[in-house]
Amino acid sequence: MAKKIAKQQMTGAEIVVRALLDQGVDTIFGYPGGAVLPIYDALFQQNELQHILARHEQGATHSAEGYARSTGKVGVVLVTSGPGATNAVTGMVDALMDSIPLVVITGQVPTHLIGTDAFQECDTVGITRAATKHNYLVKDVNDLARILHEAFYVARSGRPGPVLVDIPKDLQFAAGLYTGPENVSHPTYQPRVKGDEDRIRAAVELMASARKPVFYTGGGIINSGPEASEALRELVHATGFPITSTLMGLGAFPASDKQWLGMLGMHGTYEANHTMHDCDVMICLGARFDDRVTGRVDAFSPGSKKIHVDIDPSSINKIIKVDIPIIGDVGNVIKEMLRLWKDEKKKADKDALKDWWKQIGRWRSRKSLNYTGSKNIIKPQYAVERLYEATKGRETYVTTEVGQHQMWAAQYYHFEQPNRWMTSGGLGTMGYGLPAAIGAQVAHPDALVCCIAGEASVLMNMQEMSTATQFRLPIKVFILNNEYMGMVRQWQQLLHGARYSQSYSEALPDFVKLAEAYGGKGIRCEDPAELDQKIQEMLDYDGPVLFDCRVEKVENCFPMIPSGKAHNDMILGDAAAAEDIGSVISEEGKVLV
Amino acid sequence: MLSQKEPIERHVLSVLVDNEPGVLGRVVGLFSGRGYNIESLTVSEIEHDKHRSRITIVTSGTPAIIDQIEAQLGRLVPVHRVVDLSNSGPMVERELALIKVAGKGEIRAEALRLAEAFRARVMDATIESFVFELTGKSDKLDQFISLMLPLGLVEVSRTGVAAISRGPKGM
Ligand SMILES: Cc1ncc(C[n+]2csc(CCOP(=O)(O)OP(=O)(O)O)c2C)c(N)n1
Ligand SMILES: [Mg+2]
Repeated sequence: MAKKIAKQQMTGAEIVVRALLDQGVDTIFGYPGGAVLPIYDALFQQNELQHILARHEQGATHSAEGYARSTGKVGVVLVTSGPGATNAVTGMVDALMDSIPLVVITGQVPTHLIGTDAFQECDTVGITRAATKHNYLVKDVNDLARILHEAFYVARSGRPGPVLVDIPKDLQFAAGLYTGPENVSHPTYQPRVKGDEDRIRAAVELMASARKPVFYTGGGIINSGPEASEALRELVHATGFPITSTLMGLGAFPASDKQWLGMLGMHGTYEANHTMHDCDVMICLGARFDDRVTGRVDAFSPGSKKIHVDIDPSSINKIIKVDIPIIGDVGNVIKEMLRLWKDEKKKADKDALKDWWKQIGRWRSRKSLNYTGSKNIIKPQYAVERLYEATKGRETYVTTEVGQHQMWAAQYYHFEQPNRWMTSGGLGTMGYGLPAAIGAQVAHPDALVCCIAGEASVLMNMQEMSTATQFRLPIKVFILNNEYMGMVRQWQQLLHGARYSQSYSEALPDFVKLAEAYGGKGIRCEDPAELDQKIQEMLDYDGPVLFDCRVEKVENCFPMIPSGKAHNDMILGDAAAAEDIGSVISEEGKVLV
Repeated sequence: MLSQKEPIERHVLSVLVDNEPGVLGRVVGLFSGRGYNIESLTVSEIEHDKHRSRITIVTSGTPAIIDQIEAQLGRLVPVHRVVDLSNSGPMVERELALIKVAGKGEIRAEALRLAEAFRARVMDATIESFVFELTGKSDKLDQFISLMLPLGLVEVSRTGVAAISRGPKGM
């Protein structure tokens, strides 16, 4: 290829397309409107950038998240001003909470109309200031290219997140100078990547002296990239320590490994939470002590020394005071830990570790994920188990909506690799799963993409089924239909005297007909005996499927740390059935979410 | 939580930022969004060619909260540097106030006497009013203003705190 001309004159709209291409973007998710027409015109006149037309701007943002999370690349969204921008806000906050890199381009009314309450004007940068990692209103077309490149840099550097670029329509028409992405970073935003050597050394010393250690890992490992997962596996094996992970970190370490304890937190396993509570050294890698993880903070792992590796300095000592904070890229730091561990021939205290594993074995033997099976009704846990069995051998990406089904997916679907699991953790956005599956499928056309959904959540962005049909994206939407906003119902049962206020999914659509109406396939299953065969039918169908899996309506999600309780104060399924579960949550716990 | 038992302290933070549109909104939004206190905030461009501004914020919180504020400010993309002046040696801290007092006769004379005692300057005078300018630490300003209260205080305009560390080193 001929050497690129560094500076070149073109229109603002052409600059947008060119900048995206130069950033290596091949796909964007969007929805057109008045204030982005010039950019859509520029898209029309090229065929390198693929545009996936969503059916709602929220759908576009979640699809971009699914694309980003499943590839490690930056997801790109293009929407119009006013309602286009406001519809995209939920997706941006979702990406902010879960540290997903996005660049969101919004059109704005022409510069001279800004501030006049013009048609479809809104203060996009004002509205999205707290919804983005950073945002820009472009004021000069000659700044546009630099700002776009900077936006990509900011979105993917440090703790990733969404960055918005608001472009007034007149600038899209105006001619300006294009500058390439070479060397565009940011003059001052330079997050620290390498961890402090002395601290890493101290951490490794502490690890070697541990008698009851545990690795507590999170989504940061996934963000850091596949190498971080590789290094983590090596470090965990080299030390022989047990490992647990947050919801966001699933897949960074293989679930089939002997050292894996399962997920921790509110619906984590008994063994993971007890190991966290009783450990003497906690190695937190790329996780942030979220309230869903810690339970009652003043009773959180009271006897342990804590090491915390995070790229975001504000995550350190925010919730839990730690002994050795290390600011840096978690993959980088794990590699450094591993090097020191090996070079200095560190050894864990074998005898102590043996006792520790024995204790963990006792916790494991409680089999906290056991549930009562049924021959007549499909148990939701069983449905996920069967889906897992039918798909585990394939390259499978799993997204979820939000609710009980999300937790069952996390508990009963097992991940061996990073970037295969996409769920809305921080914001808990119902309506995330279906569009996220679309994004993942666009990125991996030949892979299997399943969305494990609830019947209530999936309706929130159901319109995206049209997108799936249009782009021939064979996503499999596996709906655990309990006819309830199950998670709400469960909390009402536990906390509000079983007064099921507005949590019944009244007047549900016929999901089979709905699938057909969108040009996909609908399958319904009510009988556990037919489940395997119908799952196979779903997998065999070459196109989008809505699978209406009718499950037990009032199943609760266990084990559970009730709000306001400590890790060693879990309720298990069998215990919950035996006692009045309404009484296990204190008055104080009730005000927590 | 982390911090509930610790005492509340007053801290002066200096924040160097790119003087770009919205930067003040980001800083203020961060404080309101996360429930931090702002006792005083001042901002002005300090290096024109580099478009750099300095924001001085007086805030209060437990040491853990102050650490969080520092870290959260540091996370904002246009922020170059955050220094907790209260934690980095001795500093000079100044605020300017304009104070309008109206009155006649003995009251008026008393206001002027006190102003002299405080080394306030008279910036405007009519036969029935003064505008004083007073510079100093905030508590000195508070004290002067409370003295003016019974002497016909009309209104006050204060700049908020500007602060800098003592000694040869910059931030
Ligand atoms: C946008 C949004 N609104 C409300 C909620 C609160 N909420 C959390 S789970 C849930 C119920 C979800 O029901 P369903 O999708 O059927 O899943 P289930 O819990 O039954 O598996 C609700 C309403 C939310 N998380 N997101
Ligand atoms: Mg449901």
